[in-house]
Amino acid sequence: MNALQRLGGITLDLLARWGHGAIFFLALLRAVPTALRRFGLVVTQIHAIGNRSLVIILASGLAVGFVLALQMYYALSTYGAAESLGLIVNLSLVRELGPVVTALLFAGRAGTSLTAEIGLMKAGEQIAAMELMAIDPRARVLAPRFLAGILCMPLLAAMFSAVGILGAYVVAVQLIGIDAGNFWSIQQTGVDVWRDVGNGVIKSMVFGVICTAVALYQGYETEATPEGVAHATTRTVVTASLGVLAMDFLLTALMFSTP
Amino acid sequence: MSDAPFIEIDRVTFGYDSRRTILSDISLTFARGKVTAVLGSSGCGKTTLLRLIGGVHAANSGRVVFDGEVVDTRDKEQLFRLRRRLGMLFQFGALFTDLSVFDNVAFPLREMTDLPEVLIRDIVLMKLNAVGLRGAAGLRISEVSGGMARRIALARAIALDPELLMYDEPFAGLDLVSMGVAAKLIRTLTDVTGATALLISHDVPQCMAISDWVVLMANGGRVVAQGTPAELMASDNPEVRQFVRGEPDGPIKFHYPAPPMVEDFGLERSA
Repeated sequence: MNALQRLGGITLDLLARWGHGAIFFLALLRAVPTALRRFGLVVTQIHAIGNRSLVIILASGLAVGFVLALQMYYALSTYGAAESLGLIVNLSLVRELGPVVTALLFAGRAGTSLTAEIGLMKAGEQIAAMELMAIDPRARVLAPRFLAGILCMPLLAAMFSAVGILGAYVVAVQLIGIDAGNFWSIQQTGVDVWRDVGNGVIKSMVFGVICTAVALYQGYETEATPEGVAHATTRTVVTASLGVLAMDFLLTALMFSTP
Repeated sequence: MSDAPFIEIDRVTFGYDSRRTILSDISLTFARGKVTAVLGSSGCGKTTLLRLIGGVHAANSGRVVFDGEVVDTRDKEQLFRLRRRLGMLFQFGALFTDLSVFDNVAFPLREMTDLPEVLIRDIVLMKLNAVGLRGAAGLRISEVSGGMARRIALARAIALDPELLMYDEPFAGLDLVSMGVAAKLIRTLTDVTGATALLISHDVPQCMAISDWVVLMANGGRVVAQGTPAELMASDNPEVRQFVRGEPDGPIKFHYPAPPMVEDFGLERSA
């Protein structure tokens, strides 16, 4: 009976938390039109969030491009298909690695930063002060950051993929000696703007929603203590990363189910 | 001007959870256009009282009446309307750390009004001048001391000239000069603007000097006594006497309830 009670308790607790998260998300969506009317706040946040993540995104993109080119060359040359390297690198980055790795890095870099910022605003009673000034903190603080996260993610993923392709070019063309014309032309013919790039952008935007909403929720609902903020930042990384990976599988299955 | 109280607390009971009651069936009224001080030791529910008036929390039972309207925390439109009429000075300032001193005071003006920036500048400088910090307008919040932060928060609270001003520990952390100026400012603001002031503090001399009415609360969220400062100073109620004179012994216990010393330190066994 005790085990059954515990299971029931855990289930109820889980459902309550999901419900709480869903209510928060709907309230955030309701605040979006207000934030859109004051787009200057969103631009400020795009600058802040984008800048925070740019260096790590570019460095990681370059490293991933280097490694991808090397690994693909070893595998493809076995079958005499090394000329396809450019296309495979491009599709891997644009369809999968760009959006996913960018989102994971974003959750770790900008997401934790957002959680800590909102959590400390709560601990310092800044959120309560805003509420008592009849200013909705969701519209003034959360929604601009939410929109900025959604808009930043595709831009960062595009930069990740672009730098990754350049990294692959350096390894494949400059170091290994694959023909440069072939490296670029096979991408030109094999990559579809809507199917590949477009779906990658849609994925990035969905990941932007997940990462930013999770980060803001954790910050807003954090216990207003140093331990509470520390736990909330950890939860942001774990929850957002798992959410991104799960959603990536679903989106890939939906978008690329036919060859 | 109406004689009805601006704020009425009617048989309010409140606890953050079911195990601990912060306010226990209390009834109070705060007169319009007067300075009312709520005194009491730490943890007796003074700040909670302000939060209930601001609609941050809902009472477990009883009602809070704001200028004739019963505060309903579920009615967001009503809360928005009522909160536009109040200003609050938080215990630790609650300043926006990403904004400058000037922008903190300008924040409610920019968010809540359509005033041109030129006019906002003049209002902000006037408010900062009132708290003696016009010269600090360009500083960042990280560059100001705790006492200055409190004064900036006071300037922000009065930026929109609210009808109700709630001050949570306005004198804590201030030096004697700043404390005297802050007390005088609270009194002057009430006299000049006709606003209702609600003051939460431990500072008996300052509160007695500027208040029209004083409420003394005790742990367990109950009202011990209330009256004019002179009445409370002359009271022979032991709790009132102990609090206003700061005496260590009396009905107000310094120690949090604990098991007997002999039990905690194992003195029975060693004996």
